[in-house]
Amino acid sequence: MNCIIIDDEATSRTIIGELCSSYKNLNVVEVFSNAIEAIKYLNQNKTDLIFLDIHMPDFNGFDFIRTLKDPPYIILTTADAEFAIQAFEYDCIVDYIVKPIKPERFKKSIQKVEGKLNEKVTATVTDKEKQQTGDDFYVNINKRLIKIDIQSIYLVEAKGDYIYLKTDHKNYTVHSTLKKIEEKLPDHMFLKIHRSYIININKIIDIEDNSVLIEKDIVPVSRSNRPELMKRLNLL
Amino acid sequence: MKEQANLNYINSLSGGDKSFEIKLFSIIKKEFKIEKNIYYDNIKSEKLKLCSENVHKIKHKISILGLEKSYKIAEQHENNLREGNSALQDKFSDILNNVTNYLNKL
Repeated sequence: MNCIIIDDEATSRTIIGELCSSYKNLNVVEVFSNAIEAIKYLNQNKTDLIFLDIHMPDFNGFDFIRTLKDPPYIILTTADAEFAIQAFEYDCIVDYIVKPIKPERFKKSIQKVEGKLNEKVTATVTDKEKQQTGDDFYVNINKRLIKIDIQSIYLVEAKGDYIYLKTDHKNYTVHSTLKKIEEKLPDHMFLKIHRSYIININKIIDIEDNSVLIEKDIVPVSRSNRPELMKRLNLL
Repeated sequence: MKEQANLNYINSLSGGDKSFEIKLFSIIKKEFKIEKNIYYDNIKSEKLKLCSENVHKIKHKISILGLEKSYKIAEQHENNLREGNSALQDKFSDILNNVTNYLNKL
C-alpha cells in the first residue's frame, strides 16, 4: 500500500514516517510540508492512502480534499478533535487520529484502511466477473434465441457436436462445445469435473468416490479434476 | 511546582531505537525554537490570531513530552488568542521556558 504524508510540522512528519515503517506493506512514497506540493504530485501520480494534517496555513486539509477528483483513502491527523464531525462528510476519510499519535491507535487506523481496500478489491473482482459472464446468455435452438438463466444451470454435458444444458426448469440440446460454454460461466459457480461435464458446485447434493450427485444426475469426476473440486468445497 | 516532562510517548514510538530518538529530538529542538521565536514576535506585534496558530503547533510538542497540564493551558491559550484574549500569556511563557530547559538538557 503506497502512501503519502502531508503535514506542515516536521515533527509530525517524522513521527508518522516512523509509525509507517513498522508496517511492511505500508510504503511511504512522498512526504510534503504543504498541500499545494501534494496536489501537484497527485496530478501526476496515484496513491492508496494519504496521512493528512487538517491544520495547515493557507490551505487546510479540507480545502485540499475538495481539490481531489478521485481521492484515495485519507487518515486525518490533527491536534484537535473539533473537526471530527466535519470529517464524516467525506467518504474518502477512513479515520481521524488526534496527535500525539499512539502506535496502538495508528495500528487500528491501518487495519481500517486495509479492510476498506480489501472490500474494494472484492467488489472489483465481482463486477469484473459479472461483466465477463453476465447473469444470463442466449442459445440458438431451431432458429430461436432462448435466454438461459446462468444460476439455474446445474449441469452441462458434452456429447459429440452438441451439449446438453440441464437447468432447474428445462433441459436444452445446443449445437456448441463445452469450451465455448465454459467461457460464459462464472468460475466461482461452475467447475469442469470431467472432460465431458461442467457442474454448478452450488447444486451438488453429495459426492461419493469418483462421482457427484447433482439434482438427479450422477456425474463422474476425473482423477485430475478431483483435487480442485475438493478444494472448492466448504468442508468441515 | 513545574510540571516534569517525560519520554514515555517517545519511548513507545521508538521501541528503544536510539538513532530514531536522537533524530526526533533534533527535529523537535530545531522546530520548537523556530516556533517559539515566531510566537514571541507575533505577541510583540499583537498578531493574536497568528499567535494562536503558533501555539497550535507548539502544543503538539508539549503533548509529545508528556506535559499534560501544560497542554491544557496551551489549548486554552490557543482558543483565547483566537478570540483576541492573551490572558494566559504569562503562564504559557513559563511552559515555553520549562520546555526549553528540558530540551536543552537532552
